[in-house]
Amino acid sequence: MRYLCMIFFDETKLASLGAGEHAALLAEAAAYVDELRGGGHLVFAQALEGVEAATTVRVRSGKLTAHDGPFAETKEQIAGFVVLEARDLNEAIQLAARIPPVRLGGVEVRPVRILPGSGGRIA
Amino acid sequence: MSDGRTTAVRARVEEVYRSESRRVLATLIRLLGDFDLAEEALHDAFTAAAESWARDGEPANPRAWLVSTGRFKAIDALRRRARFDASQGEVAERIASDAADDAERAALGDLEDDRLRLVFTCCHPALPPDAQLALTLREVCGLTTEEIARAFLTRASTVAQRIVRAKAKIRDARIPYQVPARGELPERLDAVLHVIYLVFNEGYSASSGDSLTRADVSGEAIRLGRLLVELLPEPEVFGLLALMLLHDSRRAARTTAAGEVVLLDEQDRTLWNGEQIAEGLALVERAIASRRVGPYTLQAAIAAVHAAAPSPAATRWGEIVALYDVLVRVEPSPVVELNRAVAVAMRDGPEAGLALVDAILSRGELTDYRFAHATRADLCRRLGRAAEARSAYARALELTGQERERRFLERRLAELGD
Repeated sequence: MRYLCMIFFDETKLASLGAGEHAALLAEAAAYVDELRGGGHLVFAQALEGVEAATTVRVRSGKLTAHDGPFAETKEQIAGFVVLEARDLNEAIQLAARIPPVRLGGVEVRPVRILPGSGGRIA
Repeated sequence: MSDGRTTAVRARVEEVYRSESRRVLATLIRLLGDFDLAEEALHDAFTAAAESWARDGEPANPRAWLVSTGRFKAIDALRRRARFDASQGEVAERIASDAADDAERAALGDLEDDRLRLVFTCCHPALPPDAQLALTLREVCGLTTEEIARAFLTRASTVAQRIVRAKAKIRDARIPYQVPARGELPERLDAVLHVIYLVFNEGYSASSGDSLTRADVSGEAIRLGRLLVELLPEPEVFGLLALMLLHDSRRAARTTAAGEVVLLDEQDRTLWNGEQIAEGLALVERAIASRRVGPYTLQAAIAAVHAAAPSPAATRWGEIVALYDVLVRVEPSPVVELNRAVAVAMRDGPEAGLALVDAILSRGELTDYRFAHATRADLCRRLGRAAEARSAYARALELTGQERERRFLERRLAELGD
């Protein structure tokens, strides 16, 4: 079963890491993605640019408005995501908890909905 | 067949239901992979038992018979539904082929583990806390939705909704039916102990209303505690059961016939339940012997010091303070500090206790906690500082919702005179 793991943290925490620590974290994250792939758990993983690069788009009565920033005005923001293949929620939780950037904030683990007729494919 | 025999069989089936139904349910949930399916199967199995045992006599192993019958009734039901929904048929065939593969012994070998699986699943952290509570009481304890609603002073429809949503989450997020692995056990066990303690406290601090129901709720918590001790003999599990037994042992002495509150130092200790105390003390010893002492064990040890004192004056407050010193480190919280302050006041005098209470309040903590103000009031009263006692009692009254507590505080206030 597939789970979307949305990694979130307060960006100032990342900013407060020294250059060395930051590089180490990225390396750890990349290594973990390899581990997930090797274990047959990886479906897709990406880090995101910071929320300054985000644009939120809404459509009301056919009219499009776009504004600067993320959709939720919270201190903690989504920084990246991993789609995992796991046997059950417990396995998904254990795998998600070990994603290195999670220790800066947290990760939401949500099952991917299989739409009828899609055959479970996401791409 | 005579009426007498039918009645006898029905009584026997009810007896078996009382003692075995929870265990059978736990196994059926594992075999069928679904709570609702398992509940239906349980019902069908017991219905079949009433007929079949009257005709053929009671089976040598009623539990095994019920599990087996329940499973096959579920397969039949699913096959019937498959005529309208093919996916039900797939489920039926999977269960049927598992049944053919298992030796009956293999299916039943895990009987005790199944109850543990059930407890851990109902208390899974992915479920909202009030859902954990409702689901545990319903599935593990077998309480009806109405009974749960009465115990927690909510509506039956609210409880029912919580349970439906919890089952949906278990299905949609695929929360597995398993006992957590060794590494995850401490944290997951904490959640289970917390739920059991919440259940106990609902019954323990019985407010006005059906006090008989409330006593039952504490009884359910103790039953759950005993189950856990059987299945998972860990120190904190002993500690929690000890704590509940020691608190419950004072039930008869805690209220007057008129339902008024009687504090610990005024209770008639001959009304304390000696059996529960003996059991509680033994469990505390077992827990402490393990050298892995956690918060429930410490709280139980404190309760044990009280239980061992034949009179309030004989209470070894020094020991209690020492235990609180450890508890404050293990589980730091202002409430624990407050309770420690009460003990310090008993050991060193009200002035010392008051200094600690004031330190907590001046940090801005517990300012809306009625017991902080009630404690402050009591200590001021003992120091002869009547005006301060009066305003502290008044503040505590503002924060109290419970009738019995209210009456108690008003009495204390009146005793201060003018």
